Amino acid sequence: MANFSTNEFKAGLKIMLDGEPCNILENEYVKPGKGQAFNRVKIRKLISNKVLEKTFRSGESVEGADVLDIELSYLYSDGEFWHFMNNETFEQIAADEKALGDSIKWLVENDLCTITLWNGTPISVTPPNFVELEIAETDPGLKGDTAGTGGKPATLTTGAVVRVPLFVQTGEVIKVDTRSGEYASRAQK
Amino acid sequence: MTDKPDWRPSANIANNKMKNEVLHQIRQYFEFHNVLEVDTPILGRSTITDVHLDAMSTVHTNPLSTQKTQMYLQTSPEYFMKRLLCSGYPSIFQIAKCFRDDEVGTHHNPEFTMLEWYRLDFAMEELIHDVESILRLTLGVDGIEALSYQEAFSKYLSIDVFGVSLLELMEFCEQQGFEHYVNSVKQIGDDDSRKDMLLQLLFSERIEAKIGNILPTVITHFPASQASLAKLNMADSRVAQRFEVYYRGMELANGFEELGCERDLRTRFERDNIQRSCLGKATRDLDEKFLQAHSYGLPACSGVALGIDRLLMIKSGASDIGEVQTFSYERV
Repeated sequence: MANFSTNEFKAGLKIMLDGEPCNILENEYVKPGKGQAFNRVKIRKLISNKVLEKTFRSGESVEGADVLDIELSYLYSDGEFWHFMNNETFEQIAADEKALGDSIKWLVENDLCTITLWNGTPISVTPPNFVELEIAETDPGLKGDTAGTGGKPATLTTGAVVRVPLFVQTGEVIKVDTRSGEYASRAQK
Repeated sequence: MTDKPDWRPSANIANNKMKNEVLHQIRQYFEFHNVLEVDTPILGRSTITDVHLDAMSTVHTNPLSTQKTQMYLQTSPEYFMKRLLCSGYPSIFQIAKCFRDDEVGTHHNPEFTMLEWYRLDFAMEELIHDVESILRLTLGVDGIEALSYQEAFSKYLSIDVFGVSLLELMEFCEQQGFEHYVNSVKQIGDDDSRKDMLLQLLFSERIEAKIGNILPTVITHFPASQASLAKLNMADSRVAQRFEVYYRGMELANGFEELGCERDLRTRFERDNIQRSCLGKATRDLDEKFLQAHSYGLPACSGVALGIDRLLMIKSGASDIGEVQTFSYERV
């Protein structure tokens, strides 16, 4: 993998730091009067997902990370691995529970997910921004209830718990924003 | 979608007027004090050896010769102004365009305006008073605070800059979350330059925000290893007669009681070049005309350079240097 100097640093560049692939979020150049310049760099570690600020010496080079985002559709889970397929080549890739993290609860068969590969191995899975899932269980609400009452918790078929309006019932399919984990609407029939 | 270039200026007319007023005040001040305005070349055949400052260069084609001459845009008018002083000029000042490579940011533009002046027979303290007068006049400040480099590290970080070893300093920086920087510094330079790099980092990241918030703060007596072209202190050779002015998050001015000894200057330039090669940078040919002038003799003097753009940023409340320059780097 190529090396990148601090003057090539920009948002989105993937580099290796402490043995972990990282995504650069921000890069700020600081030059003390007659002193060595440095860069304040905000990064996200792609495995632990931690965001931190690191100081680099201006002009130093770091190893790039072989990180690639691909879109694959979710097929099924065998309990140990979650299997995804490239819809064009039909090539399949399996991700483990660690790579999935919280995304597990938003996986819907045939949905296109973004899989981040590091050296060819999945390290994270990002579900679509909106997914449609069926409500497995929720308390029966009162008919004619209007929005603004705070709603009630509903458990979806994947195990995710989402606050829904009182009028939504068990067995209905709802649309959820996976970024915030919030109810968006009833699914379009 | 078409992406048309933005042709408009980055500064507004009000800031242009403010700049004119400030420059007018400065010229009046120096006229009153009998300091002569000079105008030295921006393009020179030599450049500085500073370890962390780099000049932009260009090539001149002479119509009467096949030889092409490598020339440098001046990083400050210092060398030409000192040659004037050596030749017998009185106290002088200049408002000059300067150029520095590899510098762009909210406080940096590769081309900028510098006010630089030299006062004959002034010691460092007298020149600091002069700087104070300029800041009172242009920014309306009520005075300045002074703190030595050593006091600043002791007060804000409990570090004794002269007692601390490189190893202790590295440990301290690691504790402060700079472990990556420490590792990077370990791989380059020599022990002296490493220590300076860590001190400079701590100063920027852990001290600068705490000083110069109410009144401008003058940091005096930099370590001898960061003397640049300042004289060493007569009573304490660990420190140099160098000062810097900080105000509202901005490094505003850098001044010296000037080193006049040609032999010492040559030694410092050679040391710079050694450090430059340690850092993997090209060495610079020494400016022999500058050195020759000093062997003739530099009169006792102190000099300082003050960033006009930064002064205007403070006065106008601008957050980006482009707001006080008609066309910033992105727009030229």
